[in-house]
Order: sequence, then structure tokens, then C-alpha cells
Amino acid sequence: MKLLKLVPDDTNIKFLKYRVPFYVISVLLIIASWALVLTNGLNYGVDFAGGQEVRATFTESAEAPVAEVREVVGDLGYGEPVVQRFGEPNQVSIRVRLPDEVADDKEAAQRIANEVVAALQSDFPDFRLDGNDNVSGKVSGEFFTQAQWALLFAMLAIALYIWIRFEWQFGVGALFALFHDVSLTLGMFAILQLEFNLTTIAAILAIIGYSLNDTIVVYDRIRENLKKFRKMPIPELLDLSVNETLARTVMTSLTLLVALLPLLLFGPAALFGLTSAIFLGIFVGTYSSVYMAAPILIWLGVDSHSFVPEETELDKQEKAARGLA
Amino acid sequence: MLDFPQWKRIWLWGLTLVFCLAAVPSLFALSGQKYPEPLAKIYDQSVNLGLDLAGGSHILLEAEPTQVAAQRLETMEESVSAAMRRADPRIRIGDISRREGRLTFMVENPADVDRARDLIEPLTTGAGLTGQRDWTIQVVDGQRFVIAPTQAGIDQAVNNAMETAVEVVRKRIDALGTREPTIIRQGDNRIVVQVPGLQDPGELKDLLGQTAKLEFKLVDVEAQASEIQEGIARPGSQIIPGAPGSDFEGSAIAVKRLGGIKGDTLTDARQSFDAQTNEAVVTITFDSSGGQRFAKLTRENVNRPFAIILDDQVLSAPNINEPILGGTAQISGGFTVESANQLAISLRSGALPVDLSVIEERTVGPDLGADSIEAGMLAMGVGSMLVIVLMIVTYGRFGVYSTVALAFNVLMILGIMAILNTTLTLPGIAGFVLTIGAAVDANVLINERIREERKRGRRVVAAVENGYKEASRAIYDANITNFIAGVLLFLFGSGPVRGFAVVLVIGLFTSVFTAVVLTRMWVAMWLRKKRPSELVI
Repeated sequence: MKLLKLVPDDTNIKFLKYRVPFYVISVLLIIASWALVLTNGLNYGVDFAGGQEVRATFTESAEAPVAEVREVVGDLGYGEPVVQRFGEPNQVSIRVRLPDEVADDKEAAQRIANEVVAALQSDFPDFRLDGNDNVSGKVSGEFFTQAQWALLFAMLAIALYIWIRFEWQFGVGALFALFHDVSLTLGMFAILQLEFNLTTIAAILAIIGYSLNDTIVVYDRIRENLKKFRKMPIPELLDLSVNETLARTVMTSLTLLVALLPLLLFGPAALFGLTSAIFLGIFVGTYSSVYMAAPILIWLGVDSHSFVPEETELDKQEKAARGLA
Repeated sequence: MLDFPQWKRIWLWGLTLVFCLAAVPSLFALSGQKYPEPLAKIYDQSVNLGLDLAGGSHILLEAEPTQVAAQRLETMEESVSAAMRRADPRIRIGDISRREGRLTFMVENPADVDRARDLIEPLTTGAGLTGQRDWTIQVVDGQRFVIAPTQAGIDQAVNNAMETAVEVVRKRIDALGTREPTIIRQGDNRIVVQVPGLQDPGELKDLLGQTAKLEFKLVDVEAQASEIQEGIARPGSQIIPGAPGSDFEGSAIAVKRLGGIKGDTLTDARQSFDAQTNEAVVTITFDSSGGQRFAKLTRENVNRPFAIILDDQVLSAPNINEPILGGTAQISGGFTVESANQLAISLRSGALPVDLSVIEERTVGPDLGADSIEAGMLAMGVGSMLVIVLMIVTYGRFGVYSTVALAFNVLMILGIMAILNTTLTLPGIAGFVLTIGAAVDANVLINERIREERKRGRRVVAAVENGYKEASRAIYDANITNFIAGVLLFLFGSGPVRGFAVVLVIGLFTSVFTAVVLTRMWVAMWLRKKRPSELVI
């Protein structure tokens, strides 16, 4: 039986040759992402913005009357609602944000909820309430703070672990790659205006985890090769390591993608945000492991001494003694 | 390395099978089928389905700790006044204030200060384990008392209030006849209520939003209508607004501050109908001491009106036509049958020691939950098939081993979740899919390594042995870092997101076990039996 080989045996791509242009591009992308996040803003869902999200089916209609719904809810005076299709064509999710001036009013979300549902029920006879989330400004604020801490702690804890297991340069490299992944994911959410909520944070942490898998596999091989090929120039050694692990990198990303694809295509509508974020994140994460995490080691000064135990006084004496003998 | 003695094989198979079998009830639950009765007798514990899968309501209630502190201060004022009044000879005090969360008052005769202190001291007690007191008593300027709550005292009071509140909430929800509610205290001042299957939480929220503090107070008949309108209370009186839906809606009434009766001596409350007007009312029954006090109040005040006050709003103010001696009374106030029934439930379960407000509410319709499970299962099935095909065409026999390991992995995660009685949520299903994709990563690493070792000319057994050994390092490092991310996700996440973290973390352990340990055992058995000189990988 002839088995499939996704990456030919003697693959030797000069990844590191273009490290400077790729780095420039990546850093520009990171800057662009943050600029987008700061100017365009993220489309915060009710988890983080507070307010009311109603999911509904219009049972008698082939298609949900999105424009009318927007008008009815907009007339309530809580600003322009976000009305999105959700799963089937006759299902929608309607989001109304909490007005800024009631952020301290705990039950404001509750009141808005009742008004929105009542208005829709009276205007649309075939309105069926499928789900209803309302989050007060206080809770949403807490969620937001917690989410930020979770991301920050996760990145730092992981970098620390890699520092301990490898060398400090690797910890910094992994941290940079993670920062790249998180920034680009945020950038994508900002540009596509996908709903950013608690589930998105779960997705980002999952991306961090799996991007790191790639990084660790590459790093593990670099460490191994550093011990094996003492004389090899670093760029060449990094290229060798990336190429040696390329088959695994491609295969793993592929299995993840084929597992997630059905979930994206016909999984529950409520999971679309989570899955699409992870799906995009896999590409970003794989790229960063090869193009961010590895090249940075050159600039951080990793060399063949990195994994050699320091020479002690005793070693020196021994060497000297042997030299004399 | 490839040596697997008999005992080790039995042990590994045993562990695998136990966890897989534990998943059986959950599989039935997920596919919506009934778990057969005879099997249920042997083992019946499945994963809980989160509200996003089962449908139902999640409500987060919050109490305001400052309210507890304020009430405590009020009680302290009442106790102090009573103690000073009852002292023999009476200690005259004045200039009482409750500003800034402290009680201050002046003892009119400085000679009484020591006596007053002796009377007040027993009113404060120790709080917590630290031996701290719950109030501090200070005398300033020779005759002014300052009684301030300590933080430990406030914390303890809030804690007690929340414990009572959880009990009251439980009683009220049980009275609604809802199935299997989960009521958990969260943090210092919050309560999570989850009711599977409850579609419209409106009734529940109304019930929980009612403090149900019932009071009977005499109406101050001498108060002028103009005074009431302007909100000016005469000395010894207070102005109370009317309850929505009652005859007093939009207006207010003046009642005597002291000498009333509180509703905490109730033993029962039922919705019924007034014999004459056929209006929905609530009939309440007092315990013996409450009954006696109620009889005394009504006997002494025949032909005067008394106000029935619920949560500081007047429901009605009927005339006392004759003394009410039997220990039962009727409350009217423009009720519908539903609202009367709700009030009866609230009164039966007791007053909440503190107001609770809903600060988060999530509801999922049951149809949507079932659809989600179905869609999730389909996606999981198709995803697994694709991964299996990909693994087998790439790694042949080794691909078969890893996909069989994958199947065990999925069952083991479900089994462990069932044993730990954790909750499967919608994001949890995504966690499963992700685990399926990622679990084979370990095998990909191992298999690629074996390929490499063969290319370098190692013999079959040595290549396999080295493959497992060299790949393990990266596998463990990768899983530990993922574990860190998963634990943080669990700690900082909430609700459904935690469900995602649970699956990820359990999946890390089981996938290392199935992908590394089990496949190695199978490969070793095959190698010993066949002793191949060539390896198709």
C-alpha cells in the first residue's frame, strides 16, 4: 500500500531567507490590528457590553423580517439594534446595548429585555422566543475584566513554562508568537465585526494553546539540533528544524481543520463564532510558529552554547590535567 | 520500551474499559433515547446537559450588602432605644442619628453614661473566629455614644443574610413545582439559579424579586391629606406609597411608626376568595404568639383602619370591624388569582432578608437545545470520519491504531465527565471536536518521527522505540502548556465557557493516555507477534 505523503521527504524550503520581509509584514499586521481594534472597535456582544440579546424564530415566515424587526426595536429608543441572521433564514438574533447612562443601574438590562420581547410579540404574531440573554452593566464589566486577566495570565504563564523548559530566548519567542496570534485574531474580529463575547475568549485561549503546540514542536527540534550540530550556522539550523517538523505541522493543522470544517458548515449556529475564530486562528498560529517564533531566536542570540552546561572549575582542572598528560 | 508485561496490559485495558463503560448512560442521554431499566440498576450516572443544550433558564441574583448593613443599623437603633426605655430608672437619650453607617446618640444626663454602656454592651457579640466584636462602642465628649459596625460584623451579617436568602429562594422555586432547579450561592453576595426546562422565567423572576416583608400598621387618621401629598410625616408617623394594582396606586398613606406587627410570625399563607366580594385574597395564619399580638392589636383598635404593607408599599387599609382572634386574617389589595397565589408562596417561604435583583438572565428554548445537540453530533461524526480517513491514508496501520485510540479517547472523556458529574455545554461540543483534531497530534508527531528514524536507516523496532521516545518530550510540553491555558479558561470563564474548558482539560489527559500509551501497547503487541522487517508508514 502506498501511503500519502503530504510533505515530500527531501523538502528543504528556505524559510529563514525571507525572515526580514516576513517580520516586517507581521509587525505591520500587528500594528494594523491594534489600530483597527482601537479605531473601528470590537463588536462586543451582551457578555461584555451589557444589554439584551434575543434569539427568535419567525415560525410562519420563510425569511425573518429583519428590516421590520430593526425598526420595531429601534423605535424603543435604545439606539440602533444589531439584528443578525442566525442559523435558519427565519431565525434572527437581536441585540440591544445598554445605554451608557444606566451602566450603574443593575436592573436596566432586565427592563430593556421585557420591553424588547413585548414589542416584538405584539408586532409579529409568529414570533417565537428561542433564547434570551440579558446581562447587566455590572456583570458585563466583570466579565470583561476577567477575560483580560485570563488572556494575560495564560500568555505569561505559558511563556514562563517555556522559559523554564528551554531557555529565556524561547520563552520570549513564544510570548511574541502568542502576542502575534492574539493581535491578529482581534484584528480579524475588528475588521469583520464578528460578535466578540465570552465564547470568543474561549476561542482565543484555544488558539493560544494550539499555536503553542506548533511552536513547541519546532522549538523541541531546534533544541535537539543545537545539541547535534554544534558547528551549523543558526539560520541554517533553524531552517533544518522547521523543515524536519514541517510534515507534522501540516498534518496536524490539516486534521484540526477537517475536524472543525463540518462544525463550521453544519454545526449549531450558536457555535459559529467560536468555530470560525479557531478555524482562522489555526492558520495564524501555524504561520506564527514558523515565521515568528523561530526567526526571533536569531536576534535574541540563541547559539550552540545555549544548551551546553556551563563549564565548572572542576571541568577546567580536569581538562588542564588531560592537556598536561 | 516496547515491553508490555501481562499485568500492565490488563491494567491498561481495564482502565480504558471502565471509563468507556461509564460513558454509556450519557450516550443514551445525548441521543435522546431512554436508558434501559435493567442497565440503570447497575450504573446510572450521566453528564449533565447545560442549559444551552437542555433548554431552560439561568438567573443570577445579587444582593446589595449596604442594604444588609443599613437594616442592621436600624435594628441596632431599635434595640438601643428599647434598652434605654426599659432601664430602671429610664435613661433619657436624644439626638439619635444613623448617618455614615454609624449610630450616634447623646445621653442627656452624663451620670448615666456608664449604666448605658453596660446595657449596650450585651447587644454586641463576637463575630467570626478572630474574636473581633461585631460593633465598636465609643463615648466621645463625655456623653455622646458612637456605635459603629466592624467589617467582620458586616461580613458575618451579609453571610447570614445570604444563607437565609438561598433557603428562601429554594422554597419559593420548589413551591412553583419546577423540576430539578440548581440554586448555588456564588461569591459573597450572589445566587445562581438554574432551572432546566423553564421557558418563561417571568413568573420565577417576579417571585424572586419580591422581598415579601409583610407588616400591619395602624393608619395615622389625624394626618392631613395635604401633608401626605407633600410627603411630610407627623412625629411618630411615616408616609408609605401605595402598591401598584391596589386602591392606593399612585397615592400614599400615613401610618404609625411603632406598635405594628411584622409578618415573620406566619405559619401559612394560601390564596383564596373573599366570601362577599369574590375577590382573590390571601389568607394567612399566625403562630400562637403572632396570633395573640394580632388579637391584641385588633381588640384595642376596633373601628380604626390598619394598613397592610408589603415591601414598604400599602396593599390595602381596611377598617377593623371586630377583633380578629382566631389567628387567621385576610389580605386584600386588588389581586388577580395569580398574583395572590404568588404572594401566598412568597409569604409561606418567608421574607428575603435582603432584596435580590436579577443582574444576568439567560434563557434557551428547549427546541433549540435539541437541535444544537443534533447538529453538534452530526458535525462531530463527520469531523471524526474525515480525520480517520486522513490518518489512515497517511499512516496506514499506524493510522488505524491512532483512530481506534481516538474513539476510546472520545468515550473516555465522556465517561470521566459522567463520573465527575460535570456539565456538557454547547461550547463543550466544540471542545470535543477540537480534541478530536488535536488528539491525533501526538500520533502524528510519533508517526512522523518513526518515518524519520526509518529514513535514517534504523531497524524497525529501534525506529518505533525511538519514535515514541523522541516525540514524547514535545508531546508532554505541549500538553502541559495547553493545560495551563485550559485551567485559566476554567478559572476565568463562566457557564458554558467553563464547559469548554472542562472538555479540553479532561481531553488532554485522556488523549495522552490513549494516543501515547494505548497505541504503544498495540504497536508493541503487533511487533512482537509479526516481527516485521519492513514498516509501511
